[in-house]
Amino acid sequence: MSTVLEVQGLVVRIPLTFGDLSPVRNVGFSVSTGETLCIVGESGCGKSLTSLAIMDLLPSRARRTANRISFDGVDLTAIRERDMADIRGNRMAMIFQEPMTSLNPAYTIGNQLEEAMLRHRKVARSAARERAVYLLEKVGITAAGQRLKQYPHQLSGGLRQRVMIAMGLMCGPKLLIADEPTTALDVTIQAEILHLLASLKREFDMAMILITHDLGVVARVADRVAVMYAGQVVETGTAKDVFSRPLHPYTQGLLRCVPIPGRTKPGEHLGSIPGLVPNLIGEMKGCSFRNRCLHASVECGAIDVTLQQIGPEISYRCILPVAVAAAYGLEATKA
Amino acid sequence: MFIYFLKRSLVALLVAITVSIISFMLLHLSGDLAQSLAGPTASEADIIQVRKAYGLDRPLVVQYGDWASKAIRGDFGESFFLKQPVFPIIVDRFPVTISLGVSALLLALLVSIPLGIVAALRPNSWIDRLALTISVFGQAMPSFWFGLLLIMLFGINLRWLPVSGTGGWQYYVMPAVTLAYYSMPAFMRLTRAGMMEVLASDYIRTARAKGLRSMTVLFKHALRNAVIPLVAVAAVQLGFALGGSVVIEAVFSLHGVGYLGWESISRADFPVVQAIVLILACLYIVLTLFADLLNAFLDPRIRVN
Repeated sequence: MSTVLEVQGLVVRIPLTFGDLSPVRNVGFSVSTGETLCIVGESGCGKSLTSLAIMDLLPSRARRTANRISFDGVDLTAIRERDMADIRGNRMAMIFQEPMTSLNPAYTIGNQLEEAMLRHRKVARSAARERAVYLLEKVGITAAGQRLKQYPHQLSGGLRQRVMIAMGLMCGPKLLIADEPTTALDVTIQAEILHLLASLKREFDMAMILITHDLGVVARVADRVAVMYAGQVVETGTAKDVFSRPLHPYTQGLLRCVPIPGRTKPGEHLGSIPGLVPNLIGEMKGCSFRNRCLHASVECGAIDVTLQQIGPEISYRCILPVAVAAAYGLEATKA
Repeated sequence: MFIYFLKRSLVALLVAITVSIISFMLLHLSGDLAQSLAGPTASEADIIQVRKAYGLDRPLVVQYGDWASKAIRGDFGESFFLKQPVFPIIVDRFPVTISLGVSALLLALLVSIPLGIVAALRPNSWIDRLALTISVFGQAMPSFWFGLLLIMLFGINLRWLPVSGTGGWQYYVMPAVTLAYYSMPAFMRLTRAGMMEVLASDYIRTARAKGLRSMTVLFKHALRNAVIPLVAVAAVQLGFALGGSVVIEAVFSLHGVGYLGWESISRADFPVVQAIVLILACLYIVLTLFADLLNAFLDPRIRVN
């Protein structure tokens, strides 16, 4: 397994009239070939902006800085837009949350699929069309040849998301970023799309970053998890570790909020995390979760809490000693 | 698509019939035709004779039927003033008005679309503000006044262009600019708003995520969708330009249909006025129908169901 993407110290700033908004603060992670990394967190935690920042597709007002964004041997912080465009859709592809609006209504899906390949490969249109048909069949679309002539509005949401996935795969990318790919879909379709993504990842030997707020999704497909809160990664680990022994109080809180089959009794109240996400404008000091944390102390507001590295895979951003954190974690997953 | 076309055509036909009834009635509601035909000094007997001679004593429905069936065949009667058939007179003047309208439309589109795109790409930049200022002036200034300003500057002071009259292309420059300046603001604002909306859309992000060149993103993916609303407005504006050229043609003494209309109104030449109103209205209807079809062609959501 080789590392495909390594991100260190990623910061996204949006200048506002009354100070800078920092929706992504010092985020770091890595993904390897054949691996699925789930970035999980609530709305506004900066997970989507993180993925857009990697693709260099941030809204024009947002500013990106990073110590390191290394993709497949290329330093993405140092290359020109022209070279980045050569990578996008080619070696690194992205799928978005809204399949209903992510396809251009004016062109057939065939045109939009072929275009993704014709841009990066010197192939004839017929070859691109063949590839499009092949991939549409791969993503489970029947009568693919006829589908090419259809327009997006003739397709259902689930079909459109399949088209988006096929489009991402046109050039055989090394990394596929899926930003909440199932959020806008019916629950039954969600499972199919997740299953599809997982099998395609194996078949095409890609690395995959799956952005989601849905812990159920994480449990189903993740190899490794990065939990984000208020623009920071607060915990990383293998999916197994994070689910069985969450270390960060936020992760513990999140796991209390979801029903666990076989453990949560009918009619039992689920947990919630009281309080609000902190304001991300201006300079921040201390742990950003402290005002909602069950275990917060004076110290939490006084120092900048850094990630504690526990073993090669596991880290968490909290001042609690690992033994104490783990004990709380076990309590949380039992409750 | 065929059903859609049929439906739209049927609506257009109904509108055309309504317009023809209105233009027919206008004339008959504006006073006793026989009296104005016979002249101010005519006796009662003369008026009765004129009324009989022109068939004005028949029921209105019969008169309308008679008039409409002739109008369809291009027979709009005879001009009271020129004592000639109306239709050939109008046909004769049409090329002037069409050239003026089409060149004004093309000029307006050529200037406003690029300006609208640039303004959308750099909102609130100096070029966006300049374009806004220009369009506010264009919308606010009466076009006859703007025409007069042009005449003063380019016709009288600089002597670059003929002040008025009908002739070669030089005679069309100032009228076309005047007419174009009037419709430009709408085109520009529409292009700007359309482009800004489209550029912020998810499918533009998808196009960029594919690594497409920024020119491909801009022209293939964005502009194509942004101009759809512009098409309908452009067709309507052309209709406006053809009808609105009454004022412009009068200012520049350009002998087109508009000028003929203006002359005929001042001479109380009812058959000519009636024919011009009807023809321009029908042209307007045809243009709107054409715009709908063009829209359907550009937007697959209408074309393919």
